[in-house]
Amino acid sequence: MTPTLSQRIERLFWALTPTLMTLLLLLVVAVPLGLPHFSSIAPLVSVMSVYYWSIFRPEVMPAPAAFLIGLAEDVLSGGPIGLMSLVLLLVQGFCVSQRRVLLSRPFLVGWWGFSFVAAGASLATWVMACLYYLAWFDPRTAAAQFLLTVTLYPLATWLFSRTEARLLRQA
Amino acid sequence: MRSRSFGVLRLAQPVKAAAQRFAFLLLAGTAAALLILGKADIALIERFRSEIGDVVAPVLSVLRQPVAAIRDVIGQARELANLRSENVRLREENSRLHEWEEAARRYERDNASLRRLLKVTNGPLSTFVSAHIVGDSGSAFVRTMLLDAGGRDGVEKGQAVVSEAGMVGRVVEVGQRSARVLLLTDLNSRIPVRIDGKQYRGVLSGDNSDQPRVDFLPATAQVQAGDRVITSGDGGLLPSGIEIGIVTSVIDGAVRVQPFADWHDLDAVSVVRFSLSVPADENDGRNNTRYGGRR
Repeated sequence: MTPTLSQRIERLFWALTPTLMTLLLLLVVAVPLGLPHFSSIAPLVSVMSVYYWSIFRPEVMPAPAAFLIGLAEDVLSGGPIGLMSLVLLLVQGFCVSQRRVLLSRPFLVGWWGFSFVAAGASLATWVMACLYYLAWFDPRTAAAQFLLTVTLYPLATWLFSRTEARLLRQA
Repeated sequence: MRSRSFGVLRLAQPVKAAAQRFAFLLLAGTAAALLILGKADIALIERFRSEIGDVVAPVLSVLRQPVAAIRDVIGQARELANLRSENVRLREENSRLHEWEEAARRYERDNASLRRLLKVTNGPLSTFVSAHIVGDSGSAFVRTMLLDAGGRDGVEKGQAVVSEAGMVGRVVEVGQRSARVLLLTDLNSRIPVRIDGKQYRGVLSGDNSDQPRVDFLPATAQVQAGDRVITSGDGGLLPSGIEIGIVTSVIDGAVRVQPFADWHDLDAVSVVRFSLSVPADENDGRNNTRYGGRR
């Protein structure tokens, strides 16, 4: 049975939602909050999102989506273009290849897995930034960002799983 | 992937996997190429950035409304709490400023008459474009902010960005309605400066810490904590005399400066349009508020 037009539109919408949602989250994180040092340790929402979706719904977080999100993040932060694209592609590739290990495990295992992936992503970003600028960046900043990202992961998961449930019900 | 294991698809599966792997490598290669191209400062990449900035700035300025409202309320509550002490402080300051006003008037008269005597033409003029900070999206490695004013408001690359307290940074990218500011504290920020009251010149270099340092001071320079640092205007890109900050420490010749600008409480800033001739269409811009004028 071929899908009707409205079904196709729904599917397209579903396929684009995680990417669009991540882009919106990037903007929300970029809003000036007036909190001291927040912008340098703002949580890596892109890593959370790519991790979640490429494990639970890899069909809506393909490599081009990860690339695009990274590109948007780089443009928004004013950092080196291509850096976050590369990091998120690595996250996506890793998660898709390891998803069997993490899928249908309790939440805590997923969180634990995320802390590893986020640590890898932070480290890779830090090393690449140091090489790009040929400078030594204070690793404590990157570490603080990593800790905040891991701490906020449950909140992000809640948001993503709500979105997933709602969209599945409609599709 | 959903496991669809029907006849043809089973055959197609390895092909699909290979295509995905190819796409992945292609994208990773593109990202790496972009990194290298970006390092080479290609104009195309800069334009791409500023165009995206134009798209993003209006969205961000909507998103910041609720946050700005909350910050306003908190600010007002704090003001109410400090009303009495603030009043006392302002009264004292007011009486002190009255004396200064007298002095300023006297100096202004003297200055004008001396200029007439010497037939000095007026120096470069600065006008201001006010803008909101809509994006505070730096990362662990860059210190930048996005403004909601751009080329159509008269903002140009290289212009200084100031707050009420002092200099904030410099415009590095300009779109039509957005501009990106590189903060003084960023690793790549270099501002020609002078120690106020002494004629030592140097370069204020950011290093991503809160306190940038002054490099290239003369070896004989006598700088101490408490000295004020202002722009020198060397190079002709920035006006001279913009307040930057105060020297906090001098350790082994490394001079650290605490900028006056309070990064966390910034909301509106001004971009200093600095040119040797007065722009004729200065009051045409939609967002232009010219509150500085001649100085």
